[in-house]
Amino acid sequence: MKARIKFSKCGSMRFVGHLDVMRYFQKAFRRAEIPISYSQGFSPHQLMSFASPLGIGLSSDAEYMDLTLDTCKAPEQMVEWMNTQMNEEIRVREFTVLKDDAKPSMAMLAACDYVVAVKQGKDSFLLPEHFAERGKFPSLSALVEAFLAQDSIEIMKKTKRSEKLVDIKENIYVLSDRRDAFLEQTGRPGEESCLDPSLYTPVLYMQLTAGSIINIKPELVLQALADFAGESFDPLSYQIHRLEMYGDADGKKGEIHTMHSEVPCRLVPLSEYDKGME
Amino acid sequence: MRKLALSDDILLSVDKPARYIGGEINMVKKDPRKVDIRFCMCFPDVYEIGMSHLGIQILYDMFNQRDDIYCERVYSPWVDLDRIMREQHIPLFALESQEPVKTFDFVGITLQYEMCYTNILQILDLSGIPLCSRDRTLEDPFIIGGGPCAYNPEPIADFFDMFYIGEGETVYFEMMDVYKEWKQSGGSRVDFLKRAAQIPGIYVPGFYEASYHEDGTLADFRPLIPEAPQTVVKEVETNLSDTFYPEAPLVPYIKVTQERAVLEIQRGCIRGCRFCQAGMLYRPIRPRDLDYLKDLATKMMASTGYDEITLSSLSSSDYQQLPELIYWMIDAFKSKGINISLPSLRIDNFSLDVMSKVQDIRKSSLTFAPEAGSQRMRNVINKGLTEEMILKGAKDAFDGGWNRVKLYFMLGLPGEQDEDIEQIAVLSDKIAREYYEIPKEKRHGKVSIVTSTSIFVPKPFTPFQWSPMNTKEEARRKRFFLLDKVKSQLNAKSIKYNCHDADVSELEGVFARGDRRLNAVILQAYKQGCIYDAWSEYFKYDIWQQAMADHGLTVEFYLGRERAEDERFPWDFIDIGVTKSFLLREYHRSKEAVVTPNCRAKCSGCGAARFQCGVCTEERK
Repeated sequence: MKARIKFSKCGSMRFVGHLDVMRYFQKAFRRAEIPISYSQGFSPHQLMSFASPLGIGLSSDAEYMDLTLDTCKAPEQMVEWMNTQMNEEIRVREFTVLKDDAKPSMAMLAACDYVVAVKQGKDSFLLPEHFAERGKFPSLSALVEAFLAQDSIEIMKKTKRSEKLVDIKENIYVLSDRRDAFLEQTGRPGEESCLDPSLYTPVLYMQLTAGSIINIKPELVLQALADFAGESFDPLSYQIHRLEMYGDADGKKGEIHTMHSEVPCRLVPLSEYDKGME
Repeated sequence: MRKLALSDDILLSVDKPARYIGGEINMVKKDPRKVDIRFCMCFPDVYEIGMSHLGIQILYDMFNQRDDIYCERVYSPWVDLDRIMREQHIPLFALESQEPVKTFDFVGITLQYEMCYTNILQILDLSGIPLCSRDRTLEDPFIIGGGPCAYNPEPIADFFDMFYIGEGETVYFEMMDVYKEWKQSGGSRVDFLKRAAQIPGIYVPGFYEASYHEDGTLADFRPLIPEAPQTVVKEVETNLSDTFYPEAPLVPYIKVTQERAVLEIQRGCIRGCRFCQAGMLYRPIRPRDLDYLKDLATKMMASTGYDEITLSSLSSSDYQQLPELIYWMIDAFKSKGINISLPSLRIDNFSLDVMSKVQDIRKSSLTFAPEAGSQRMRNVINKGLTEEMILKGAKDAFDGGWNRVKLYFMLGLPGEQDEDIEQIAVLSDKIAREYYEIPKEKRHGKVSIVTSTSIFVPKPFTPFQWSPMNTKEEARRKRFFLLDKVKSQLNAKSIKYNCHDADVSELEGVFARGDRRLNAVILQAYKQGCIYDAWSEYFKYDIWQQAMADHGLTVEFYLGRERAEDERFPWDFIDIGVTKSFLLREYHRSKEAVVTPNCRAKCSGCGAARFQCGVCTEERK
């Protein structure tokens, strides 16, 4: 049967890359004796795949991995079972049984939520104290509002071969400096986060297009915002933390589809997407 | 949340930051404030190499079984982090607590190969510990070396307070007890070292003095104080089935060299190959009980979640219950998706059968280590492998479906002639011909033969410790000669020839049989920027050459001459059980190309029987 898990990743595990996290899970599942299905062939491997790799240094409350299992228990029991072999910095949060014909989350990913936080001891033009002294914008809310009011938001996107100007305005679905406003606009309940408030000061929340065709990284939005404000942007000052990943309930594989398309995308958290009978 | 020694900014700017965060699966967590002794185990090379080493895992597990000791780990920071730590004055830290190494009671450095010597200085330097033993104070940890290179510790004697000669399972706890007593008594560093020097197997180099003849050879080597023994006898774990072995070894997050559980089935070797240092150092061979191994394997797989297990020993085919062990492993693990990796097996019907069960024949290759091309040279080195056996093994393998073969040889063996070298090419070709003997319809494509040569380095405590080593010019000439011979074979297109760097081998040779005068050379080379010498991209030959010259030392002295039979060697004060007279006898037999039987066939009276264990006490059939 197909299933999907949602897990958090924080602390020192931020420095363990995505392929190593995959290997970490494989070993943890073997230690816990979770009945993961194996591929056929001479060197069988566990059937699992990630929705979207998380870059080194980033943290997350909502990473997703699809699994194929031989058998399983109730979702709460599965979460508990898996967590017997997880460390403190990677925790399984949810377990969802999927429909038999569920598509891989990697192919269905349509958007991600992020929070951007300023690291302890670092400075940022986004911190409140700078708005009073510089005067161009009275507050971060005003800066965000003016930023979003532009006709286009152009960024220089670098690929392996070239650089080109891309307008990402329609890929920024939500951008807010307030958590409550962000939750209201995204329609999310707001979950407990593993982002440690004593180390990180949240400044911006954003929902951005994600997936295999267009994938907008939060750093790009921060860079554009800094350019707009005439400020410099140092990526090392920020902790970027993923809050949620969504599939598009109206999406088709391989189709470019955004909130601003003729038929806007309908975002469903991956933990609910293609959910089957328990 | 775990506090890390390095800031996010640094971790995000270096390659593979997970090398420095610790927190691996099965890492031991203790409160450093609640232990009496903090011991930092060090492998002086990069994390991926160090984490693959079994010895440290054994000692890590052993020390941490005691509540009064917290054993942690440190590896060499890679060159990118090394630079940042120097610029920003960040002290080197242990992975577990992320606290500075300098605050520990002991730093135990494993010495697995000579080319790590400058990395030892890097570790000490980055930790803020004086490089030389004599400059250390009560503020500094005791630096202790162990492992195979500790059997000639003289080239690095200045940098260590102590060396542990032999197997770590035996007297470390005694030393820790002595340390605790000393700490309570509030004595000086020398007081502790005096007590340590009386523990069997412990060598405190500061208590000895060397003097030299005019020709540079060792004139005298003697203890300066009564507490230091004349000879240091190696420590031996006599019962390997009732000892320390990690049931829950550390499992790294990042991919390391040895990405699997390691089951050491026996220690020592019966073969007596005359070039092999390990074969002499770890005598006598001591197998572990089959049931003990089964139990360990089961526990290790359950505690690590690895998808592969490998056997470790110098010659697995000499483990007498090998078929039983391997068939049990296939039964126990194969259905769980666990691979079984079988290195160092002699190619015969049994090994081909099990390999066909555990490997994908199409994707794997078979390895032969004839070590020398001609039968005469194989007799010289006492490698009891005949051409007939090699060709029969290859034929059986080809019949079984394999078509890839790796061959390992050495160049520069004592008494080697060009005819012997040519035979490497001829033997490679004969194996290829063997493949084309089988009917075309039964072949799987072309045969692929990879022939590799390394350069022979004479090592202490081997019958070749008297032999000269080829100069690098000679080694280079031999490589080209062999390449030319390979190219002129009928199946030249099926044979790929690889060889080892001669500059690095030369220095390895100097350190291997070097003396105390080399400490100054290593110190100077380090100060002029040499680290990671084992990594060819960082090896700076010219600096080493200059450092040797600046101290009036020559490569010729250490490598170029055949040493006199009565020459006193810098490592003669160490007693490994195997006697110098046995080694000399073997040296003479090598010159006559006479083979000496293995330990199970006939005891040759090497001297290791004094340890009263292993093959020396096995019942003779």
